[in-house]
Amino acid sequence: MKRTDINTAGGSPAQGPGRFNSSTILYLVLLALALVAPAVLYPIFLVKVLCVALFALAFNLLIGYGGLLSFGHAMFFGGASYITGHAMLVWGWPTELGILVGVVFSTLLGVVAGLIAIRRQGIYFAMVTLALAQMVYFIFLQMPFTGGEDGIQNVPRRAVFGFIDIANDTTLYYVVLTIFVFGFLFIYRTIHSPFGQVLKAIRENEDRATSLGYHTTRFKLLAFVLSAGLAGLAGATKVVVFQIATLTDVTWQMSGEVVLMTLVGGLGTVFGPVVGAAIIITMQDYLATFGEWVLVIQGVTFVIMVSLFRRGVVGEIAALINRVR
Amino acid sequence: MSDYIIETSGLTKSFKGFTAVNGVDLRIRRGAIHALIGPNGAGKTTCFNLITKFLEPSEGRILYKGEDITRMKPADIARLGMVRSFQISATFPHLTVLENVRVALQRPLGTAFFFWRSETSLDGLNDRAMQLLDEVGLAEFAGAQAASLSYGRKRALELATTVALDPEVLLLDEPTSGMGREDIERITSLIKRVAVNRTILMVEHNLSVVSELSDRITVLARGQILAEGSYLEVSSNPEVVDAYMGSGHA
Repeated sequence: MKRTDINTAGGSPAQGPGRFNSSTILYLVLLALALVAPAVLYPIFLVKVLCVALFALAFNLLIGYGGLLSFGHAMFFGGASYITGHAMLVWGWPTELGILVGVVFSTLLGVVAGLIAIRRQGIYFAMVTLALAQMVYFIFLQMPFTGGEDGIQNVPRRAVFGFIDIANDTTLYYVVLTIFVFGFLFIYRTIHSPFGQVLKAIRENEDRATSLGYHTTRFKLLAFVLSAGLAGLAGATKVVVFQIATLTDVTWQMSGEVVLMTLVGGLGTVFGPVVGAAIIITMQDYLATFGEWVLVIQGVTFVIMVSLFRRGVVGEIAALINRVR
Repeated sequence: MSDYIIETSGLTKSFKGFTAVNGVDLRIRRGAIHALIGPNGAGKTTCFNLITKFLEPSEGRILYKGEDITRMKPADIARLGMVRSFQISATFPHLTVLENVRVALQRPLGTAFFFWRSETSLDGLNDRAMQLLDEVGLAEFAGAQAASLSYGRKRALELATTVALDPEVLLLDEPTSGMGREDIERITSLIKRVAVNRTILMVEHNLSVVSELSDRITVLARGQILAEGSYLEVSSNPEVVDAYMGSGHA
């Protein structure tokens, strides 16, 4: 019996790479929109959305598919941006190597933090990640190379691979879009891989997965490390775009913001974090005139989402489509 | 090779002063269906959790095929061929029925950590998974989410997932609990079928299921072995009758 037969028999939506179904078409349409977007919207705004969306996607890999709530993901995002910023400004490294070293750093930090945190469950896991992130925050605050409160400023935008000039904002957008698409496909594949299957099984019922002979902590650790590395990719890309690495990106507020975005967009949905990031960044940018009130508006949005639309924007839409079918 | 596939000696578990299992010497004969019965709180499930290493024993030793497994991790126990089920049906609710079984089948492939490989690489297992589902009468639900199945079918799915690992020993924790009569009959005949060439240790409350399936019965009461033998021997034992009457079972 073929897989497709089973899917139609069970009435569940087909979901697999390489199949030309409605979601593939949706992704192609979204990609086309992304390609023409700079003609309509301000490229730097879009680039910011992409960086933060990649961060949220990385976070969602861990919570949505591994069932692990990390409350310290800013340490990977902000940590990578410091390392990348320093490598490019002080060591004079080219852009691609600068981003690479940031990702390597956050991946290694992910291994260390993961080994410490992964044995705890639920709220304790979240608390351990928060505590570790606070430690990382204070280390960065104290280390001379980060510039303390000032951060690392004037990071140069060097041509990518020596010939793609990213001083131009539109070119920069396409470079960042490429990085984003790479990250998105990486996560998509991870979710739809043999590893992803076991990871989802662990999220669903960890004891049962153990009883089938899976050492569940190893799978959770790998998910954590992958998530950390991708969060680092987002942070490293951000420093290239904004030419500045600051304390803001390693604070616990940043860790909280990514939780917010993922929940608003739809936890455990492939595209939810992107939508969530777009909504939150749009709110921050367009409501900036309200000053500190943005935080209140964000808080109210969050409460409304969690109490009324628990599945998030994308999750609710998906549920609606399923009901209509 | 010893006749006994599982042997425990002096198995003890205390929780902060309360001794749930107290010096249990259990011997499970290879190829048998062995039932563990007893009134509520007798320590049956604790015994189970100890043997499968979901709990650490306070004292005592556990041998599996003559090998000391007392300090092993639960996942490694499964890899040795001893797979357990749970009292509450243990499925992966948001995976499809097919995927539930396939998660078990995919372990021997050794690609479980391959996050870069497409899940279509698992499609080769679908035929075997469908065969297993067919055996438990779930083939037509293969594409449905496990969460949408009825309780009885969830238990059948759980059994199919367990059998997918082709274990030598199955440990079933109350396989018929919470089921209606029809489901009980179905599960009982399923257990009989999968018991061929396998050893089964089960905790069970339903005495008619126990009498129909088991070759040997161990009665636990207050964490200790009260009696052991065939159904006839055990059911005519006055101490056993007393223990059951005392707690309202018949």
